[in-house]
Amino acid sequence: MIRLNINGQDRDVDVPGDMPLLWVLRDELNLTGTKFGCGIAQCGACTVHMDGTPVRACQTPAESAAGTKITTIEGVSGTVAQAVQAAWQKLDVVQCGYCQSGQIMSAVALLTDNRNPTDDDIDAAMDGNVCRCATYPRIRAAIKDAAKAMGA
Amino acid sequence: MLNQLIKQAAADVASPSRRGFLKGAGGALVLGAMLPRTGFASEAAAPKVVGPADPRPQAFIRIAADDTVTVLVKHLDKGQGIMTGLTTIVAEELDADWAQMRGAFAPADGALYANHFFGIQGTGGSTAVANSWDELRMAGAAARAMLVATAAARWSVPASAITVEKGVVRHAASNRSARFGELAEDAAKLPVPQNVALKDAKDYKLIGNPSLHRLDHVSKTDGTAIFAMDIRRPGQVTAVMARSPRFGGTVKSVDAAAAKQVPGVLEVLTLPRGVAVVAKNTWAAMKGREALTVEWDDAKAEMRGTEEMLADYRKLADQPGNVATDTGDAAKALAGAAKVVEAEFVFPYLAHAPMEPLNATVELTPDGGCTIWAGSQFQGVEQKVAAGILGCKPEQVVINTVWAGGSFGRRATTDADYIAEAVSIAKAYGGKAPVHLVWTREDDVRGGRYRPLFLHKVKAGLDASGKLVAWRQNIVGQSFMEGTPFEAVMVKNGVDATSVEGASDMAYAVPNLHVDLHSPKSPVTTLWWRSVGHTHTAYAKEVMIDELAAAAGKDPVAFRLEMLKDHPRLQGVLKLAAEKAGWGQPLPKGKGRGIAVHESFSSFVAHVAEVSVDEQGRVTIDRVVCAVDCGQVVNPNIVEAQISGGTGWAIGHALRDEITLTGGVVDQSNFDTFQPLRNSEMPPVEVHILPSTARPTGVGEPGVPTAAPAVANAVFAATGKRLHHLPFTRSGMV
Repeated sequence: MIRLNINGQDRDVDVPGDMPLLWVLRDELNLTGTKFGCGIAQCGACTVHMDGTPVRACQTPAESAAGTKITTIEGVSGTVAQAVQAAWQKLDVVQCGYCQSGQIMSAVALLTDNRNPTDDDIDAAMDGNVCRCATYPRIRAAIKDAAKAMGA
Repeated sequence: MLNQLIKQAAADVASPSRRGFLKGAGGALVLGAMLPRTGFASEAAAPKVVGPADPRPQAFIRIAADDTVTVLVKHLDKGQGIMTGLTTIVAEELDADWAQMRGAFAPADGALYANHFFGIQGTGGSTAVANSWDELRMAGAAARAMLVATAAARWSVPASAITVEKGVVRHAASNRSARFGELAEDAAKLPVPQNVALKDAKDYKLIGNPSLHRLDHVSKTDGTAIFAMDIRRPGQVTAVMARSPRFGGTVKSVDAAAAKQVPGVLEVLTLPRGVAVVAKNTWAAMKGREALTVEWDDAKAEMRGTEEMLADYRKLADQPGNVATDTGDAAKALAGAAKVVEAEFVFPYLAHAPMEPLNATVELTPDGGCTIWAGSQFQGVEQKVAAGILGCKPEQVVINTVWAGGSFGRRATTDADYIAEAVSIAKAYGGKAPVHLVWTREDDVRGGRYRPLFLHKVKAGLDASGKLVAWRQNIVGQSFMEGTPFEAVMVKNGVDATSVEGASDMAYAVPNLHVDLHSPKSPVTTLWWRSVGHTHTAYAKEVMIDELAAAAGKDPVAFRLEMLKDHPRLQGVLKLAAEKAGWGQPLPKGKGRGIAVHESFSSFVAHVAEVSVDEQGRVTIDRVVCAVDCGQVVNPNIVEAQISGGTGWAIGHALRDEITLTGGVVDQSNFDTFQPLRNSEMPPVEVHILPSTARPTGVGEPGVPTAAPAVANAVFAATGKRLHHLPFTRSGMV
């Protein structure tokens, strides 16, 4: 049994220690907002926050998540998250939408650390998140819009 | 079997007696019978509605007591925004308030929801808006008329004195009003009016309105949108399948002992398409598959590598193929030309790799049928194939279509592909639990159904004045229509229309034109891939035209315009893109500007790209300007997104992507080796839409064909280097 703290709640899961956090979230805890895209940390669709830092849940063994605070798209909250989600909605960023949970988790982490990111900052923070629909220009615009809304 | 069923269905619809019967039975399919039924990727000829309309509002519109209006959308929304677009069309004619509108995927029911271009229910070929334009406007207008008639009867006033605005039905003179929800129940009891007036474009409030948000803009930003991958049925199990590493390989022997020892693995099933590991969860299924030992029989497998296949294609290209177009005498005109330009183009296999890997959940039902949850794109095929596997009637196969995480053509297959696999596994598992079949990314990248490998040899001639007088094009590439239920429509005289579209129907005026085709066979599976044949034909054409302009000493825009005198809409986008991009303004050394223009799926797009190339041959795309004419725009915000996204799609693959085979085995496996375009590589894209009230046409695919050739032509302008082999890395670019 592994005790995880997910979105502020302790959850005990009976899984092998090497089961990636992604599958714990999706298959054991029914938190399906975090997506499976590649399984090798190349696409970012599974991005969650571990103690506030974006990590790829597909390459995070469940046992290594014990003792940390995990936040998923279902639990992300606060000023930055609200600003990011509002900007995403205002600019109609989404197309198929499958990657967007991960995009938003990466963008929230970026803007939490850096309220006024440059284009280079955005490149560095967001290049790990693939969007096959290529919504990239609107992702960039939404990050800037969220920064502006927060009074950067 | 399937072939016969589809043909039979088409024959039924075409038969006057059958048509009359259906009309009497409630009018289903009447509209379908009047519309042209062309192939999947053929040009979307404008459907013409003749005679009394059958708006069938019941099939498409649900008005609830709480005032919400739900539009049943028969097309799959895989990101292209069709749920929003089609709902907008209904809302406009209904005079609804946008806030009360909802969208839902229609059930699988070919009688009600066939795509009029295919004759079966399915999505593709950028047909959704064109297909639904009349149907949904009439449904909305009919529903509006029924609401008005209900209010008129209730208030004892003439219908003509009633107005409708933002979901409120009003009689001004008596100051009475009612919301849709208050009228809907009674309205539904009225006969459907057979003649309804449709709005003039000038009166549109919602169609063309840039302020409408996508219906999925909230659920796809808070994690609540449900994709097939997210379906969780009580007690469901997960399956992954081991498939032959070589296309055409079959299972010879299986040792499942170790796999069965993996905790969580429930069963190992050997099926025609591979070996399925059924487990309690996805991780256990994946671990179980790793523990399998499978010996494969390669007797019928593709053993060649792509280099060997290309060598074979080159030999074929030099032999006469099946003729797609032959006007004038290209051979003679080439012999007499003042200047001849020749090039060989190579286009690699490409995977679709939608963000959501393929998956479906299947639950067997007590009546011998099943329920399927999937990002279903070809319900008409999937229902019949599933019924064939289970030995039930198609209507016993219930399909719940859910949001799809991209497709780009991959989810629409002529044999139901992964859905057939899921149904087979559910059947073999004996109905003990609902089965969720999951493909991993590796399964996807190595799983075929690729954009075919194509080789083009093009030879074109100019006369002494620099006028294009001859064009000969030999195309070699697999047909993905041969051997499918679509063959009868799509393959004529050995020419698969999807292999030559965009080439055989060349818009440029050339008096001597010859295009022929070889369709070599291989067990490597291939499929339509966002913009289908235009992915390669537009590239070859637009790069070649650019070379001819250079050979003629003419400006690339002027050279094209001269040859497009009969194509005002192509001229329109070409001029607009050139103007917005500042065509003709000088650029510094190391930079270049390139242009391309093309018609696909009855929409017209031009791209101008501006690039910088450094001394190491590294290409940076500084700016992209597009112009699009897709007729009446339903949602400009979505048109912009689709054209911009199509541009990114095209450029990303052109830069470095290819699927290659060595000894029949795919060299790539995941996003580390089939590398998608990333945020920092996406150029700024400006999209300019030509105002139009022409019938609307699609935008999902038409943004793709011209983007890569515009970049290639810009690289030529910057460096003098031509990029004939894709991806660009194969032409010396990095």
